[in-house]
Amino acid sequence: MEFDQHKPIYLQIADAICERILTGTWPEGERIPSVRECGVSLEVNPNTVARSYDELSSEGIIHNKRGIGYFVSPGAKTVIRDKQRGSFISGDLKEMFRKMEILGISIEDITTLYKQYISKGNN
Amino acid sequence: MDTNNPVVKIDHLKFNYKKHIVFEDLSLEMEPGRIYGLLGENGVGKTTLLRTICGLLRAESGECTVMGMRSASRNPEMLKDIYFVPELFVAPPISVKRFIQSNSLLYPRWDAAQFYKLCLTFDVDPSYRFDKLSHGQQKKALIAFALALNTRVLLMDEPSNGLDIPSKTTLRRVISECATEDRVIAISTHQVRDLENLIDPIIILDRSGMILNANIEQISERLLFTVSPTPDPGAYWSETSLNGYYQVVPNHDGLPSRVNLEALFNATLRNKETFKKLFK
Repeated sequence: MEFDQHKPIYLQIADAICERILTGTWPEGERIPSVRECGVSLEVNPNTVARSYDELSSEGIIHNKRGIGYFVSPGAKTVIRDKQRGSFISGDLKEMFRKMEILGISIEDITTLYKQYISKGNN
Repeated sequence: MDTNNPVVKIDHLKFNYKKHIVFEDLSLEMEPGRIYGLLGENGVGKTTLLRTICGLLRAESGECTVMGMRSASRNPEMLKDIYFVPELFVAPPISVKRFIQSNSLLYPRWDAAQFYKLCLTFDVDPSYRFDKLSHGQQKKALIAFALALNTRVLLMDEPSNGLDIPSKTTLRRVISECATEDRVIAISTHQVRDLENLIDPIIILDRSGMILNANIEQISERLLFTVSPTPDPGAYWSETSLNGYYQVVPNHDGLPSRVNLEALFNATLRNKETFKKLFK
C-alpha cells in the first residue's frame, strides 16, 4: 500500500478498510484480516493497525468477537457513507470550489459536465 | 508476569570508554509489545546502549535491569530471554543449520519450524556454510535465527544495513509479525526510511542522554507535520518543498498529521531542551 505523506498512517489504514467495505470486497457480517495479518501485509507496526481497528470499532464500522476476530458490522456501509459525505463536503468540495474560482469555471459548466457524466453511465 | 511493567529499565546510567563519556546520566524504560526505534547521530551511543542492556558492556555507575535482573550480572535467567543482533557479525565456518542447532540450545522458546519458515521468506538456504553466504544473506540468516528464538527482549543494531530492497520489505513484514505483546524489540537505525511505520515508540539519544522517548501517537499530538506556503517563525524545523515549506510546528489545535521520522529527528536536534520538556 502506498501511504500518503500527510495523513496519519492509522487513519490511512482505516480509510483503506472503509474503501474495501464500500466496494463490497469485505461484505457486511464477514470476518476481516486480523491486526497481525494486516500489519504484516502493510509492513507496519501491529499497534498502528490496532489503533485503526479501535477507531473503526468505536464508529460502529467493525466489531470484535472475542477470540474469533474482527467482523464488518451490519450497516457499516451506511455509517461509512455518512462519514465520507461529511468529509467530502467539507474537504474535496471546498477544494473544488476554490479551484473553480481560480480557473473561472462556473456552476453551469459543472452541471453540464455532470449531466454528460451521468448520461454516459460512468458512475 | 505483569505485561505492563517495563521489561528494560535504565536508571541514571553513566558510561565512558576511558576519557570519552558516552552517557552522563541516562534513564529510560521499555515496555513489552513495542518496537522501539533508537535514533541518534553517529557516536551518541546507540550500540553502547544495546550492548549494555544485554550485558556485553558494564556501566560506570547507574543501573540497567532486564526483567528485574541486572544486565551486568549476566544471570542465565536473563540471558535465555534476550538476544542481540550486532551490525557486524563474523560468520563461523559451519552451515547455518549447524549454527542454529548449537546456538539455540540456551533458549527455551526457540522455534525451529519458525526459523525454517523465516529462511524461506528471506530466501536463505540454511544448508549453506554461514561464512560462504553474502553479507546480506548472512544478516538475514542471523535475523531469522534471532526472531525464531522468541526471547522477550530482542535488540537489533542496524538490521536493514546491507539488505537489498525486497529484503527490506521482508524485514518489515517479519518484524511486524514477530512483535508479540510480551516482547520488547529495540532497533537502532540511521535508515529511518527503511523502518518507517514500523518503529514506534521512538527514542532519540544525544551526547547528554535521552531527548525523547515517545510513541507516534504522543508525537503527533504534540507536533504538527505540515506544508504551508510561508515559513512559520515558530517552526521547530522547516525545509523548502515543491508546494511551500514542509514544517514541524507545535500542534496547538490537535490536528492529525503523519509523523515524518527524518523531520522529527532534525527538529529534535535543533530543539533539544524544548523537546525534552515537551516529551517529559
